[in-house]
Amino acid sequence: MQIHDTPTLKAEARNLNFFYGEAKALKGINMPIYDKKVTALIGPSGCGKSTYLRSFNRMHDLYPGNRYEGEIRFFPDNTNLLASDVDPIEVRMRIGMVFQKPNPFPKSIYENVAYGLRVRGENNKRVLDDKVEHALKGAAIWDEVKDRLQEMAPNLSGGQQQRLCIARALATDPELLLFDEPTSALDPIATGAIEELVHELKKRVTILIVTHNMQQAARVSDYTAYMYLGELIEFGKTDEIFIKPQDKRTEDYITGRMG
Amino acid sequence: MQNNSLTTEQIRALIAKGKLKDTIFKAMGVFCLALALLVIVLLVADMVIKGSERFTVDFFLNFASRRAAQAGILSAWVGSLLVMLVTAFAAVPIGVAAGVYLEEYAKRNWITEIIEINITNLAAVPSIVYGLLALGIFVYQFGFGQSILSAGLTLALLILPIVIVSTREAIRAIPAMIREGSMAVGATRWQTCRYHIIPYAMPGILTGVIIGLARAIGETAPIITIGALTFIAFLPPVPYTTGADGVTAGLFDWVMSPFTVMPIQIFNWTSRPDPAFEVNAAAAGFVLMAMVLSMNAVAIYLRYKMRKNIKW
Repeated sequence: MQIHDTPTLKAEARNLNFFYGEAKALKGINMPIYDKKVTALIGPSGCGKSTYLRSFNRMHDLYPGNRYEGEIRFFPDNTNLLASDVDPIEVRMRIGMVFQKPNPFPKSIYENVAYGLRVRGENNKRVLDDKVEHALKGAAIWDEVKDRLQEMAPNLSGGQQQRLCIARALATDPELLLFDEPTSALDPIATGAIEELVHELKKRVTILIVTHNMQQAARVSDYTAYMYLGELIEFGKTDEIFIKPQDKRTEDYITGRMG
Repeated sequence: MQNNSLTTEQIRALIAKGKLKDTIFKAMGVFCLALALLVIVLLVADMVIKGSERFTVDFFLNFASRRAAQAGILSAWVGSLLVMLVTAFAAVPIGVAAGVYLEEYAKRNWITEIIEINITNLAAVPSIVYGLLALGIFVYQFGFGQSILSAGLTLALLILPIVIVSTREAIRAIPAMIREGSMAVGATRWQTCRYHIIPYAMPGILTGVIIGLARAIGETAPIITIGALTFIAFLPPVPYTTGADGVTAGLFDWVMSPFTVMPIQIFNWTSRPDPAFEVNAAAAGFVLMAMVLSMNAVAIYLRYKMRKNIKW
């Protein structure tokens, strides 16, 4: 049973603690992230799932007073993403992110997707055209926007904006893609499109997704982690977590008795 | 419960009482507003009526003169525009850079706190103090003399706090998620500023700059302090033209030229004993006011035009 299903590690949190000033928001998290799999983070509001997610691309470094302890090992090169001598910009170049609320730049659709490449010094029009098209196709939005690439991105619908943001993250070929409740601002149809996309994307990229929606976790993920009050309560294969959770707290949350 | 509940009549009486105060306050407000507007309208009308006989092309094309009817504002309006040009070129880059630094780079600690308080204080320093400072530094220390350059730099100092504060406010209006979106793809702080923060803050910055310039163009005290002349019957040298003395002017020779500006010209005319000059002063006052108002109009237009394309 285990033989043809031993996934490779893409990342691993080792005894990860995180502090907002004095407040300890993450408490000793140990958790693997498997390569080319979707891992969902679930838990009630304030449990630290977004804080945990944002540790992977060092988003917390943008604000003063935040502090990490422990390690997040990133494979295959076994880099500690949190090490003080690892530049957060290097980390963000390898790890893409999609936010809770679609946040396209007030620029053209084309420039939104090309931005990550421009930041990396790519200015060759042909290369940019090519990669923009590829990323937009990857985010399943190419057919809707191919004739109006020069239009302003904020004029798109919410669901299109979010897929554009996914294209923006995909354009630079990230190894890991972080999704921070990507559908919480979207209607059910747009949500369905994003979920389908996540399913499609895991062929190329490892995905870590925070969701407040348990059905969504069950639908899109291979692995699920349940967090509560800054702790990782339970981690396992999604079907196992949802069918027979080992911890009472996980069971309470999943069955709706709590949260 | 029973004791506290009101009858419909009592409720209506209460509302009527409240509404009466509403009406009284509204009437008072309209009166105060009308009073303020009336004063402005009267002032402008007075200038227009008094100065009406000077609104001719000659008035704009003549130099100052001993005879009121022939005196014009050519050197004054050219001087004002050139001084504003220097002011804008000095204040905009410095002010925007300072504002971007404070918002995007500076760590929040007691030093930045002190700097912030002092920038606000600088905006409240009386303009003549800037004039004294400039007299010492620009006119004598740097040897710029009583030139357009000295005046432009002095007024640049004066409006720097306005530019810095408006830059910071414009930057703060940009949602954090835009900054995060840029950083998340691996951009440096400078790339984020260059591609996002500064362009999106531009409408706000421009508005601040123009409001600052509109204030600067009416400033008299610091310009008098640095010793601007009140009677100028020539224009600064136009680049690459040869003057009467046979010398060809360089590209930036005009910045070292003596000059006068609109408010000084007006002040000069009002202080003359001959009442005929009052007509000139009124006409020039109206022109200055038109310059300020049109600058504000440009600010409003630019802000509207640029904001149309920026939304989150």
